[in-house]
Amino acid sequence: MAIHIVDRRLNPGSKSLENRQRFLRRAKALVQGAVKKSSQERDIKDVLEGGEVSVPIDGMDEPRFRREGGTRDMVLPGNKKFVEGDMLPRPNQSGGKGRGAGEGDSEDTFRFVLSRDEFVDLFLDDLELPDLAKRKLAEVECEGIRRAGYSTSGSPANISVSRTVSRALARRVALRRPRPEELAALEAELEDCSEARRVELLAEIEALKAKIKRIPFIDPIDIRYRRFETVPKPVAQAVMFCLMDVSGSMTEHMKDLAKRFYMLLYVFLKRRYRHVEIVFIRHTDRAEEVDEQTFFYGPASGGTLVSSALQAMHDIVRTRFRPEDWNIYAAQASDGDNSYADGEVASRLLTDKILPVSQFFAYLEVGQENGLSYEMPNSALWTLYEGLRANGAPLSMRKVNERSEIFPVFHDLFQRRSQQERTAS
Amino acid sequence: MTATDQLLFQGADWDFRTLQKICDTCEQVACDELGLNVYPNQIEVITAEQMLDAYSSVGMPLFYKHWSFGKHFAFQEASYRKGLMGLAYEIVINSSPCISYLMEENTATMQTLVIAHAAFGHNHFFKNNYLFKQWTDADGILDYLEFAKRYVAHCEDRHGRQAVEHTLDAAHALMSHGIDRYPGKKSLDLRAEEKRAGRRRAHEEAAFNDLWRTVPGGKVKSSAILDVERRRQMLGLPQENLLYFLEKTAPRLRPWQRELLRIVRHIAQYFYPQSQTKVMNEGTATYVHYRIMSRLHQQGRLTDGNFLEFLQSHTNVVFQPEFDDPRYSGFNPYALGFAMMQDIERIVTDPDAEDREWFPDIAGKGDAMAVLRDIWANYRDESFISQFMSPRLMRHFRLFHLHDDPEERAGILVDAIHNERGYRRLRRELARQYDVGFIDPNIEVVDVDLAGDRRLMLRHTVVKGAQLTETDTKRVLQHLADLWSYDVSLVESDASGTVLKEYVAHPRNISVAA
Repeated sequence: MAIHIVDRRLNPGSKSLENRQRFLRRAKALVQGAVKKSSQERDIKDVLEGGEVSVPIDGMDEPRFRREGGTRDMVLPGNKKFVEGDMLPRPNQSGGKGRGAGEGDSEDTFRFVLSRDEFVDLFLDDLELPDLAKRKLAEVECEGIRRAGYSTSGSPANISVSRTVSRALARRVALRRPRPEELAALEAELEDCSEARRVELLAEIEALKAKIKRIPFIDPIDIRYRRFETVPKPVAQAVMFCLMDVSGSMTEHMKDLAKRFYMLLYVFLKRRYRHVEIVFIRHTDRAEEVDEQTFFYGPASGGTLVSSALQAMHDIVRTRFRPEDWNIYAAQASDGDNSYADGEVASRLLTDKILPVSQFFAYLEVGQENGLSYEMPNSALWTLYEGLRANGAPLSMRKVNERSEIFPVFHDLFQRRSQQERTAS
Repeated sequence: MTATDQLLFQGADWDFRTLQKICDTCEQVACDELGLNVYPNQIEVITAEQMLDAYSSVGMPLFYKHWSFGKHFAFQEASYRKGLMGLAYEIVINSSPCISYLMEENTATMQTLVIAHAAFGHNHFFKNNYLFKQWTDADGILDYLEFAKRYVAHCEDRHGRQAVEHTLDAAHALMSHGIDRYPGKKSLDLRAEEKRAGRRRAHEEAAFNDLWRTVPGGKVKSSAILDVERRRQMLGLPQENLLYFLEKTAPRLRPWQRELLRIVRHIAQYFYPQSQTKVMNEGTATYVHYRIMSRLHQQGRLTDGNFLEFLQSHTNVVFQPEFDDPRYSGFNPYALGFAMMQDIERIVTDPDAEDREWFPDIAGKGDAMAVLRDIWANYRDESFISQFMSPRLMRHFRLFHLHDDPEERAGILVDAIHNERGYRRLRRELARQYDVGFIDPNIEVVDVDLAGDRRLMLRHTVVKGAQLTETDTKRVLQHLADLWSYDVSLVESDASGTVLKEYVAHPRNISVAA
């Protein structure tokens, strides 16, 4: 009987992928809760890593008819000292021996790993993402050149020598072009040979020479040129400025809204660019560049001067991110308070320095929890920005109160941007 | 021939030529020396990830899509990653050809062990045990699973994923009550089953004529006229196969829903013998691999080092922790089965007076393999233990029997131990733990109120005071009511007929809307 041995290792794996996705869809509410919790604890950059989440298993179990209680009989191995008729004290309910005791609630949560995409999708989904594919960012592209095989025509500078030579060789072999050694051998023989052979040899040599002439070493049909084509190439790097007002009036809720907005922007940019830098700038009446931890959680208080943050951003752009090389994005979150005298300075900084070099500038006005965004009176900053926008500055602004508003606002901002571009061009 | 020429392999590495050689050699020992009779073998080498895949769909290579398999995958993957669980070395499928999956990470010794264990041990058991012969269709199963997968996908396209998922969820909840426990007139023929489903679908489509809906019907005979007994008989009551009952009589199920119930029921039935023969099946495979490996070593085809490696895995597999060991979680079927098979071999070849008294039929018969082959063919766990558990083995495991009556204040009674008075009681009680009739709660459909509100009535016969857990029961009944489309009630009563508890579930209209 022949035994069949099959190597299945190369079969596509992840047969469970679809089942896994169904499970995630099914457990979406549970998993989403877990993702939300874990993204609150995460740094912006870690959002893209995917990661472990715990899901309560009892929300996902499959019911069966099961029994419990009653009298139980069990046969166990390992008797050491018992004799028939012994009464054993009943162990405490929790430490019960025997089968099934305490089973069932032993695994009330289980942790599993979400892939990067699953995590981001669920994360974005939490923000009520309607359809990722419909998002359209005004993408800045530049022409790039890439190799695109070979062609039979082109400029001499682009002749591919190796390709040409190898084609020529193939042709010479195929057409049996005599090699120089063959000719040399015959000629050597010609030096000293009999007369009869001599005639023969001369004829052969003649034939060879004719053939060599007929079949050139390199024929024009051998020549190949390297072909290039131009492709639109996304600019490879972007920098994102997170500007946040941290004066005393910013509550934790507001910072959380801002953080979510920044995360979204980061995820969004990260999917578009190979390399994304983040600069965190917080400001009171003076601005400083800080790390993420300090940005969101560091205690700071003081007056408010928005221009300080704008000035800081401008300085950083000038020293570290040349606008020719970098796509510059900025998102500013604030509760909208600003000192009256600062408006003029901020406006000038924006119009002259920042907006001309930025791809996109978003202003997010964060409000109190449970507030209604359309009921918020226009703040100092809002009025200022609205004035700028009326003059045609590429600036988008929104008010946000609730976490659930983050995504729609985000979506809106980017829609608006592309429309503006279209009208501008 | 020198000693090294005889070796199957050296070191831990293997390639496909080595595998072929291992298979051929094992086959010689298994078939020629041990007299095993197996299905043709197919060995498939897979990766750890594929092994996890196979795990999560009850070990089947192709299965319909369902979220619970994804859940199992996530769960198992998580515990595998954390190192809580090693992967099984092998998965083997009761089909013809018998498919065994080997993991590529295994060493050459492990591959030999796994081939001996699965491709010959399990394979022989699948082919010869009466339960498998009666209940499973090894030739048809792979095609049937392929059909089930296609059919479920087809239903999803036609009726929406939600509706299909809902029906399958309900069917899965009742899966353990979708089994015929007593052999019917015909055995399972899955190929015919698949053809039949296809024909019926084609017929329905061909014969569909909307006009029939408008034909006025005659006067329907009131069901109250039918007397109770006759009605119950026509409905096949009482019926313990809940899935079968629903498939045949649930009033508002669509044809495709009935077919889904049928598929789940067939698959449950296919796995039914496995649950009744865990000890025997694993015992057989372990005994066979042990015999084959020892023989290969004896023949000089395995080095001493490789044989030691094998012994280490083997010892781990047949390790039985004692009841007070933190690792204890019930009887290890490998340990129990293997110990019993070895004990039988001893009784047959080298019995003492006690064995002759207890096992007059087999003691001293001489041909261990013939006796074992006969046992493998004709017993299941419960009957196997109740017939062949020897006093010597009970002493070896130092078995004792505990009787835990919640009414008894003083504690748990040690009812029997491994002594002359206790042997028979121990054996009976242990066998009972493997009696499927005893393990699953006894739930039957007892009646349908056809004259009234079409309520479906179920009864759970309570044994030894163990009642159903409330939360689970409510949820299962909800599924049941959704399939039935009218109210469902479940009464728990003890042997004397006293009602202990009653549940009622009302259908949600989800399945109807689907």
